[in-house]
Amino acid sequence: MKGKAWKFGDDIDTDIIVPGRYLIYTDEETLAKHCMEGLDSEFSEKCNNGDFIVAGKNFGCGSSREHAPIALKGVGISAVIAESFARIFYRNATNVGVPLLEAPGISKLVEDGEEITVDMENATITSSNGESIEFKKLPPFMLEILNQGGLIEYLKNK
Amino acid sequence: MPTMSEKILARASGKKSVEAGDIIIANIDVAMTHDLTGPLSVQSFEKIGAEKVWDPSKIVIPFDHQVPADSIDSANNHILMREFVKKQGIKHFYDVNAGVCHQILPEKGHVVPGEVIVGADSHTCTHGALGAFATGIGSTDMAMVFAEGNLWFKVPETNRFNITGDLKDNVYAKDVILHIIGKMGADGSTYKACEFAGETVSDMSVSDRMVLCNMAIEMGGKTGLVEPDRKTVDYVEKRSNKPYKVFKTDLDSPSLNIIDIDVSELEPQIACPHNVDNVKPISEVDVEIDQVFLGSCTNGRLSDLRDAAKILKGNKIADGTRMLVIPASKEVYTQALDEGLLKIFVEAGALVSAPCCGPCLGGHTGIIGPGEVSLSTSNRNFKGRQGSPEGEVYLSSAAVAAASALEGKITAPK
Ligand code: SF4
Repeated sequence: MKGKAWKFGDDIDTDIIVPGRYLIYTDEETLAKHCMEGLDSEFSEKCNNGDFIVAGKNFGCGSSREHAPIALKGVGISAVIAESFARIFYRNATNVGVPLLEAPGISKLVEDGEEITVDMENATITSSNGESIEFKKLPPFMLEILNQGGLIEYLKNK
Repeated sequence: MPTMSEKILARASGKKSVEAGDIIIANIDVAMTHDLTGPLSVQSFEKIGAEKVWDPSKIVIPFDHQVPADSIDSANNHILMREFVKKQGIKHFYDVNAGVCHQILPEKGHVVPGEVIVGADSHTCTHGALGAFATGIGSTDMAMVFAEGNLWFKVPETNRFNITGDLKDNVYAKDVILHIIGKMGADGSTYKACEFAGETVSDMSVSDRMVLCNMAIEMGGKTGLVEPDRKTVDYVEKRSNKPYKVFKTDLDSPSLNIIDIDVSELEPQIACPHNVDNVKPISEVDVEIDQVFLGSCTNGRLSDLRDAAKILKGNKIADGTRMLVIPASKEVYTQALDEGLLKIFVEAGALVSAPCCGPCLGGHTGIIGPGEVSLSTSNRNFKGRQGSPEGEVYLSSAAVAAASALEGKITAPK
């Protein structure tokens, strides 16, 4: 997978990913419009299919709203790569089919806006100048859920 | 040598024992979803192709976030949820007049020691104050629970906060938990069960223990827990006729990390924008405020209203500052009415609203605008949490909120 990296800091909470006032909506398209609105009101327009989010530690902390990973899926984010993730978000993102890659050192490796390459099979991320780091390999059952596009599709196809 | 979390999860998964790190499937005793996360849970439930919930008597659905409906979209969500309740025969449904989910669950006797409770809301950890293993989950996981009555868990390690020392006057459970979160950081207990123990916690009321457990998630905790004692049992037996089982932690457990906290010198604490772990003692905070919110599942209980009313009685809220008081439930509202507390608030110049989440998550009722500063007794001060991302939210105890409303700036009670 190849795409542009949008870089964010530590402790990006789910209120930032989708503010509370939009939780009355449940469809991917509407939620996507407000994705990351708390920090960048133009994010949903700038972001392209296949882009990545690169972040610091504790990405997805706070509220259990599944609206957050749905919005990220809606804007076309193909994976979130962070130093670490919050617990509820980790499960929710996997369930809706957004891969989360835990890669200590990623914030140092990647600059905002740079093109990066993610190799899911070998669990590596390569920056535009060719430097690579590894991310924690996902267990096979999780990869399978993600390949199917989420837990519901996975169960349906089982 | 297990911890109380390990013992509860062993019971719920039908095993003799489990250890931190094990992946287990636990039977769920109570599943809660509300008007805001409910619609997604119901949609996912339907997408799985499920038809009947596993046990309509174990599901609790309170409406609390957008109540009464503040838009046609909210009204539609309410209609969808009411239809689900009816179609599935769900026994415990609380419509727009009942209060905040995390207050209703214990109050109405849905929480007893030893249970496994899941809620499609991150502050479900509150219920561990009664010795249950309670945790927040997302909507797809909730759909699985609705269908099957169980869910997979990774058994957590435990951070046990051993809290000692008498609290000074005007220092409360809220100050203790803010202090702990400030020390640990927003990810300081990620994936861990957070137990609150020690003489200070033994001295606390059940309400105060709920304040501690409520905010365990703000340091990444999977749940908050307090070992049940006489006070827990008194509270539970008055409200519930469900059978219960008391579990305690063996202090020699290998998955236990004990953290000693002395609170005897603690002064009131403030969480400053825009992170809950950005905590300062009140003497270091000098900020003017536009709005004060007294309420939420953290500090909207009767004792909080009493603490605030004591300070506000016979005084007037500062010009240019507005104060919102929202009791956490109908029971709290009625008691506050009987005790004359609501009259004190209204006479001081505050707005008293019907029980709901209010401005806590910026849904409605008191949203702040750009450049405005809110002092709130709730649990989150994230950027944009109560409205404009250019607004600021500070967090405090109920007493600090009241004293600050009178001065128009963040002030310690005298
Ligand atoms: S009061 Fe606030 S934190 Fe509590 S359930 Fe409502 S929105 Fe969530």
